[in-house]
Parts: sequence; structure tokens; C-alpha cells
Amino acid sequence: MKAHIHITLKQGVLDPQGKAIGRALDHLGFSGVNEVRQGKFIELELTESDRETAMSQADEMCRKLLANTVIENYRIDLVD
Amino acid sequence: MKAGVIVFPGSNSDRDVAVAIERVCGRRPQMIWHGDHDLPDLDLVILPGGFAYGDYLRAGAMAARSPIVDAVKKHAARGGLTLGICNGFQMLTEMGLLPGALLRNRDLHFICRDVDLRVENTNSAFTRDFAANPQVRINMSHHDGNYVASDSDIAALEAENRVVFRYVDRDGTPQYDTAPNGSTRGIAGILNRGGNVLGLMPHPERLFENALGGSGGRPMFTSLMNHFAHA
Repeated sequence: MKAHIHITLKQGVLDPQGKAIGRALDHLGFSGVNEVRQGKFIELELTESDRETAMSQADEMCRKLLANTVIENYRIDLVD
Repeated sequence: MKAGVIVFPGSNSDRDVAVAIERVCGRRPQMIWHGDHDLPDLDLVILPGGFAYGDYLRAGAMAARSPIVDAVKKHAARGGLTLGICNGFQMLTEMGLLPGALLRNRDLHFICRDVDLRVENTNSAFTRDFAANPQVRINMSHHDGNYVASDSDIAALEAENRVVFRYVDRDGTPQYDTAPNGSTRGIAGILNRGGNVLGLMPHPERLFENALGGSGGRPMFTSLMNHFAHA
């Protein structure tokens, strides 16, 4: 089973890289973008086959290492 | 003063800070590998600058989970002095020993230049010798020094006089909104509640004697030495 983990900056945390990407899109003529927020995507290949256990394992990994919950939110999607 | 410097793969200011301590305080620090599990008997633990683990994932994130870290946390919990410089400051926030986090600099540039700092709290083991002359010029050299924390953490840091170093203009005006890296309220360095854990982004060890172009950072090392001489 795979865990797809999306890590994003919390609302209110300034994202200078997202802003720079937004400006670059604007330079390219994409005028319809209000805001860009950049995040991370991490894919884990898990040996665990029980979804509930896999979810709790991935959640612990996010809290202990993958995300910094002071500034980041995370979302875990399990994919068979 | 028995000091120890933790060496991580990718540290690059570990030897600089060891030289500064030896030259100013007269005793060479022990270099301790991040993969060790125990610390020797130490008065001061230093987490040095650099790019431990290549700053993978987040600056300081991997280093903050190194084998030695449990021993560093125990040392800090006992009240042992712990100093994080630059990458070491990032590690201290990732370890949860200091609040907040250090994000990419506001303008996305790596900034390496001398900056003016005001030492806002000269009543700590790290900063007493700045009292006579609390504005100093030392070097900053980082990509991720933009300090952020929750509004309540920032309010507590300010109210409890734990913002120890602040970026200022040459004339001493605080750069609350104009720090070179965009840091909240111009924060360059903070202290924990116990007063024994300090993290700062600029590098006092790079300017500790005039032969290096300045000695703005020197009072940090004399403060530490005197703290133990008088203890």
C-alpha cells in the first residue's frame, strides 16, 4: 500500500517561494492566478496492508519527521 | 568551561566555533559525532552552523532526529547551556527546544554579509558581556533565517525578554518589519524560558577577534567563560 502525503504551509504562514512562482506565472501571461502556495508531496511504499494501521503509522511519521506542525499541515491519502 | 561541539554531516562552522572557544576561553572543545548516543560531562553544548544532511526535508529537520539528540535534550532539561548558531538554531526549533520555525528568507536570496544587531537581553549566561556595548556587527550567512512563530509565542518572547538578538539599522533603529531576511519583529536570536538554551542565526564565531575583520561576536564567548569562572 502507498501513502501519499501532501504537506502545505499553514494559512497565514508567508510563502515567499509561492509568491515568486505566482509572479513568474503572471510574467508568462497567466493573469488568472490569485495566489500560489507551494508544498511538498511525499510518497511512501508501506509494507502494512491494514488501512487503519497504515494510516496511524503514516500519521506518526508526519508528526515526528515529515511535517513541522508549527508551520505546516499535512494530509495522508492511502492508495492501494 | 567544558564545551562540546556536535558535528553533523554537512556542518561547516563546527571548527570555526571550536577555534573561537579555544582562542577566547583557553580550552579546546570536544568534537562530538552526531551518531553518538552519549555526551561527555559538559558545561556547554554547541550545535554549529552549516547544512546538516544537506538541509533535506527542512533545514535542521534530519539533524534534530540524530542519535545524539536525546542526550542533548537531557542536557538542556537539566539546565545545561545549549547554544545553536544558524543551522543549530534551526535544529533547536525542530527539536522543540525553542518555539517557532525558520523559513526561507523573504526575498529568497541566500544572504551572506555583516549585519547590525542589538543585544536586547544582556542578563543571560550568553550575553552579559554585551552590556557595555549592546549593539554589535557580526556576520549572517543563511537561506532560511526568516523567523516565524504563533502570535502568542511572539508575544511571550517579547514580554519575557527572550528576544535576545534583533536586527537593527546602523543607527540602532530596530528592523521590526525590515530585517534582511524578513524575520518577524526583526528577531535574530531567542532564549528559552529557562534561560539556558539560545539560538541565533548570525555567526558570533566568525568575528571574534579583530584579525578577522571585527570582534562583534567576542562578548558571547567571554560571557560564557566568565559565567563558569564565577559559578
